[in-house]
Amino acid sequence: MSREATHRAIEAVWRIESAKVIAHAARLVRDVGLAEELAQDTLVTALERWPVDGLPDNPGAWLMAAVKNRALDRLRQDALHARKHEELGADMDALQSHVVPDFVDALAEASEDDIGDDLLRLVFTACHPLLSTDARVALTLRLIGGLTTDEIARAFLTPEKTIAQRIVRAKRTLSEARVPFEVPRAAELPARLASVLEVLYLVFNEGYSATAGDDWMRPTLCAEALRMGRVVVGLMPNESEVLGLVALMEIQASRTQARTDAAGRPVLLMDQDRSRWDPLLIRRGLAALERAEALGGARGPYALQAALAACHARARRAEETDWAQIVALYDALAVVAPSPVVEINRAVAVGMAFGPEAGLEIVDALAAEPALASYHWLPSVRGDLLAKLGRLDEARAEFERAAAMTRNARERELLTARAHAVGAPP
Amino acid sequence: MRFMMIVRATPDTEAGAMPEASLIAAMTSYHEELAKAGVLLDATGLQPSAKGWRIHYRNGQRHIVDGPFAETKELIAGYTLIQVRSREEAMEWARRFPAPMGEGTDAILEVRQLYESCDFEPDQPAERSRKTQASHTSARA
Repeated sequence: MSREATHRAIEAVWRIESAKVIAHAARLVRDVGLAEELAQDTLVTALERWPVDGLPDNPGAWLMAAVKNRALDRLRQDALHARKHEELGADMDALQSHVVPDFVDALAEASEDDIGDDLLRLVFTACHPLLSTDARVALTLRLIGGLTTDEIARAFLTPEKTIAQRIVRAKRTLSEARVPFEVPRAAELPARLASVLEVLYLVFNEGYSATAGDDWMRPTLCAEALRMGRVVVGLMPNESEVLGLVALMEIQASRTQARTDAAGRPVLLMDQDRSRWDPLLIRRGLAALERAEALGGARGPYALQAALAACHARARRAEETDWAQIVALYDALAVVAPSPVVEINRAVAVGMAFGPEAGLEIVDALAAEPALASYHWLPSVRGDLLAKLGRLDEARAEFERAAAMTRNARERELLTARAHAVGAPP
Repeated sequence: MRFMMIVRATPDTEAGAMPEASLIAAMTSYHEELAKAGVLLDATGLQPSAKGWRIHYRNGQRHIVDGPFAETKELIAGYTLIQVRSREEAMEWARRFPAPMGEGTDAILEVRQLYESCDFEPDQPAERSRKTQASHTSARA
């Protein structure tokens, strides 16, 4: 293998193993920032030695053993340091454990148990609610996704320095707050898990909604969110909402190729060429949704959204869409996760299932909703319903209003075209 | 990007012989690793070609030929489909694949990259003829 090929091979191994290596170190040193440092040092050692010695047969095990030794060395140093302090008469009661002679050995043995558990702790720590959403996203991509700071920066169209600072600050926050490196207990779990799922879906959407981004890192975000979602499913196979989210992402990802036309313009769901939807991802999504429902999670917000996506996935042609079922799902979603955006979507579904008049009723009730005041989707939907009712002048005005509100150039194009399509002003 | 790891057939797989328990265990644990890493999309073993058939297209005619087929080494016995971030990552996973017929037994694992149909490509003008895959070039690595 050439030197460069070896480097790339090491990089690939690192991508596969880094989260586990960091998690393993964090279990020992109880500090995510320090753990990442130790993991980086381990990578540096691998980069020095593997090109000379060749890749080990089991590179994962090599990295785990190497990071463990580093972590234990670090703990021994700290213990020694603590003992010196004690000799100086410092109050070291708090560090009692550090002076038990076999402390480090006992810890090493205790750490032999489940690596999956360590990884899950790392996921929960990276998504800790103590951190801002931006920080959680960056830290998760860094620690779990194994993305470099530069890659994250490119994906979010943010300067690398900003991302680097965000990650450093996040690690410091966790360290200073002495956030325990653990899987939250039962009472805390739902809220903490919600935070994890929120981060994953945010990453996914950042990539998915960015039809305008021309940097290839943005699509990578979708793939990475999906991969991390699948990892979390493996770690928590009985959490229905994790399955629900993964089902939702699999089904949405199945439409990637159909979502834009040859010129890169967005294509609406109803107009997409369904033969270009990826049947493998649809099948995976439907299977995950089925498992979520079998676990009794059919009413979870993500499972409901996945069920909505599944309604579209199951319809071979747009005309075969089961709109009554979609209305029922939106009704359920409006109960467990009410929001004005859900209401607009419900209005669209009602309009399709029971006629534009019924849909318009819901939309008009939302007119005063402050959260939607600058949201182009409302006039756009209203315009569509009005056009179907033959109220063309009003429809055109709504499309024009929507076009003026959107910041996405391609969407504006689409809305302006719709305004033209309903006829010129009198 | 997606890769398919293809296990080539052997006289044993063509005879429909069940693999040894130790090999089944190794395969199961390998595939569990793939799933835990979030890269496994699909995997399955294929029954012997004796249970399959071929359709030959010749001179505008279709002819059905029942299995088994003679050229064992050209046949496939199973596949594992993964989605990874780089060719090197696929290589690393392939390197970890257990010896498909058990340690010490000759076998071949072939790895092929799929045409990217849903690999989250950025706004690439998708080719309508993609399904025939006649002229579709491999997407960016």
